[in-house]
Amino acid sequence: MANLVNIKIDGKNIQAPEGKNLMLVARENGIFIPSLCYYEHIEPPLGTCRTCTCKINGKYGPACTEKVHEGLTVEVDSAELIDTRKALVEMMFAEGNHICPACEKSGNCDLQHMGYELGIAVTRFPHLFKDRIIDYKPSRMVMEHNRCIKCKRCVEEVFTDDGKRVFNYMNRGNETFVGVDYIQEAKLSEAQAINAMKICPTGAIIVRGVSMTAPFGDREFDQQSTQQKKVLKKPTLNRPAITEKKIIATVSLAGCFGCHMSMLDIDTELLDVIELVSFDKSPLTDFKQFTTRCHIGLVEGGCCNSENVETLRKFREHCDILVALGECSVWGGLPSMRNSIPLSECLEEAYLNSVTNEPGGNIIPYHEDLPKILDRVYACNEIVKIDYYIPGCPPSANHIWKAVKNLLWGEEYSILYSEFKYD
Amino acid sequence: MPEIISKKFQEPPRTQMLNKLWQFQQERGYIDDDALKGLATEFGISEIEVEGVISFYHFFHRKPTGKYTIYLNNSIVSEIKGFQRIMEAFERETGATFGTVDRTGTFGLFLTPCIGLSDQEPAALINFYPFTNLNAIKVKDIISRLKQGVLPESICDAPSDNIRYVPAEDKSVFFRKYQTGQALGKMESLGPQGIIEEIKKSELAGRGGAFYPTWKKWEATRQQPASQKFVVCNADEGEPGTFKDRVLMNSYAGSMIGGMIICGYAIGATQGIIYLRGEYWWLKSKIEAALQEFRVIGFLGKNICDIKGFDFDIRIQMGAGSYVCGEETALLESLEGKRGEPRTKWYFPVERGYLQYPTVINNVETFCAAERIIEMGADAFRESGIPGSPGTKLISVSGDCKLPGIYEIEWGMTVAELLELCGAEDPYYIQVSGPSGECITVKEKFRRISMLDLLARKDIRCGGSFMIFNKQRDIVKILLNFSAFFKEESCGICTPCRAGNFIIQRKLERLQDGLFNEADLQELKSWGTLMKNTSRCGLGKTAANSLISAIDKFHDYFVARFDKDFNGLNLKFDMAAATADYEKYKS
Repeated sequence: MANLVNIKIDGKNIQAPEGKNLMLVARENGIFIPSLCYYEHIEPPLGTCRTCTCKINGKYGPACTEKVHEGLTVEVDSAELIDTRKALVEMMFAEGNHICPACEKSGNCDLQHMGYELGIAVTRFPHLFKDRIIDYKPSRMVMEHNRCIKCKRCVEEVFTDDGKRVFNYMNRGNETFVGVDYIQEAKLSEAQAINAMKICPTGAIIVRGVSMTAPFGDREFDQQSTQQKKVLKKPTLNRPAITEKKIIATVSLAGCFGCHMSMLDIDTELLDVIELVSFDKSPLTDFKQFTTRCHIGLVEGGCCNSENVETLRKFREHCDILVALGECSVWGGLPSMRNSIPLSECLEEAYLNSVTNEPGGNIIPYHEDLPKILDRVYACNEIVKIDYYIPGCPPSANHIWKAVKNLLWGEEYSILYSEFKYD
Repeated sequence: MPEIISKKFQEPPRTQMLNKLWQFQQERGYIDDDALKGLATEFGISEIEVEGVISFYHFFHRKPTGKYTIYLNNSIVSEIKGFQRIMEAFERETGATFGTVDRTGTFGLFLTPCIGLSDQEPAALINFYPFTNLNAIKVKDIISRLKQGVLPESICDAPSDNIRYVPAEDKSVFFRKYQTGQALGKMESLGPQGIIEEIKKSELAGRGGAFYPTWKKWEATRQQPASQKFVVCNADEGEPGTFKDRVLMNSYAGSMIGGMIICGYAIGATQGIIYLRGEYWWLKSKIEAALQEFRVIGFLGKNICDIKGFDFDIRIQMGAGSYVCGEETALLESLEGKRGEPRTKWYFPVERGYLQYPTVINNVETFCAAERIIEMGADAFRESGIPGSPGTKLISVSGDCKLPGIYEIEWGMTVAELLELCGAEDPYYIQVSGPSGECITVKEKFRRISMLDLLARKDIRCGGSFMIFNKQRDIVKILLNFSAFFKEESCGICTPCRAGNFIIQRKLERLQDGLFNEADLQELKSWGTLMKNTSRCGLGKTAANSLISAIDKFHDYFVARFDKDFNGLNLKFDMAAATADYEKYKS
């Protein structure tokens, strides 16, 4: 048994065995430090994702590569450190192509979970939309490079029975990816393959024929935050009596109208809403033009053509507050799947080379009356200033209305963990 | 004296990985599938692991690279000295485009970051032989002679040392008269502890740029109870704009070797390794010859200098094109035949270094200095420099100046004096310590160059690279060159460095296009700070340094490029550029 040493985390005195990993010590003492790559039985620790960055004896450093020793002082929960860690997770979302609604691991994904815990509605970084392949060659699994965060867990943890690596980093710099050895991969047992999928913190390793059986709501990270219960403020209704109706405008740009459908999902509360607000330009009213200045504009979808851009700019002109509603609006979402592919390839595939097209019988539509298609899908905040973001595909109805009520009447609210989702 | 194991230590086979790969690369021009499979079987590892190593180093290729493989330097100094024209000339003369091999398989054209010839740019390596001061006519001539069957080694240049300045009054440390083995003769009388005391007294600090006290490394390694210890010389001089180690190895290789031997004696090691960057293949034979000379004299081998039981030998390990391998733990990984990924700080090299044995890693200049300190005595060394920062330092000066080359300055010289010495032409933006260092303006020219406290902001540290840019140079272009460099050279395993450098490059491109305002600038700065605070190794921690300092010091320069119509609501969006692809379908 190692000596017990005294350390301090955020001013709290803690005793722990000397040399123990700081990450574990924090965990055992109920202190939440976000992490993605840390895997307790890999030594030396990987230290790749950096999401557990704290201030250790006054210096920045990841908790996972720190052994506790007498007198260690750790700062975890300062505003600056919380923002730093949030930025790192945002960076992973910006770097990969993480389309949660289309991912098998959604709901059971550590990366997504960290996004929820840290309350990431939008990333501060431009999405890179780097073209990455999906590797279908392994016999037992599919390697989805778009989702890989290069945490190194599989590289250091998955070996064949004769001790050979199945995964290894390839290339370097921004071209780094985790390559699969097809020969070794075929030697893995079903259980070993499933373990590889399980230790992957995202949906990069998918084993063929194994489905994620849990339905929405029952998945690993659906309901409960791993952070210690924070006391939720009760919504207080200390607003002045509403005398005038607030005016809302809505639009669906490069989206699917799913977010609009979700808006309607508040069911009977809709009747109250109708009392409190009126809608100007919106698919709900079918007003084509703005008739008045609006308090809030709710924008669904990103911009995939010139008309989207013009409409969005009109919204900015006519609305006091602009809210990006849903994943597509926030960063591009599903339509941005085309962003890593040249426009010409997309158009030719759709209009000329598709199996349902008659050879030679089709053209790519171009007419001065048609909106011009942009080279890629742009997030709304690349075109105009966006004031608030509501993530989700679609965002839950409660989330939308809580946010809108807060914006219009300053009503206090708290978004439940279970209401904050990317899918 | 620490116990010295006389039995020769056998390095495990895997450490030969890079050598084997080099062999295939040079014999076949690339590493083919058979070679890869063979190596996997030989080392008992999976093929993906071999492939992972190959793909990490940019001098290893999986496709043929032509009979003549040409690497043209694309670093910033090359860029301002006419890189673009040279690139076009090579493409025109060879018929290949960069990144490919011509149809006959004769010429392969590739780009590579700084090859340590910044004082004679534009420069290229052809089959790893140096060709300097290129111009379009020279390129034409070189290619036509190669086409006639002349070997590159017979027409390559012998890069001159360009030693422009040494301090007066015999104060030179590095370039004083050199006599092989003079320092070694003093080893026995000083004894290991005495050597470390002498180094401590000299206040010698790591010359790779981190300035960690050398004696501390040596002492810590000496204290380790281990059956085997190693001395590693970091000759992976990759920081763009630095070439001092090249000059030392070209003309004073014995000094470096001597320094390693002294270190080996002090810490109780029997084996030394020089990790020489692939860009310096042309120096390898010179160093080999020096090593052989040492062996013949009895300065390497058994019972060195008649010190009974002191056995020590040195081998050279060639790197294969990777900037990050200059980071000491990445270098160790590379020596072990792996990808050059820096280790975490879970163990330090002095505890567990090469093959998990205690290891001292020092830079070429540090070993040379150590040798000279033992030779001249710490007291004499302390005669030069300033209190707290004694001795001299080699500075590689390049860019917009009349006399690019090596300057051995006494610590404490001001930037202004150095600019004067090298004949700087209208200096405007000065990059100190390379892209990972910081930039300074002419207003700061009265700052001293020393190892002293950084916080005072009075003195400035310089690891070796000193690049001068005049008013005509575009700062955004300089920064873009740096971010492209880091984006490629990041080892790719930690998030802030791998993604951060990529993101910063994208953002700078927007700046270049004028899609920018003050908020973006501050955002860029905060992202740089994030990388600095959270990256795993020195590369990521320093990659944004020049960006951050440029935003502060050249703020007006950026402001002049801002989007002037910015109203805070509608962002600048280039509709014509965004629809250009689609407009092609207008019939």
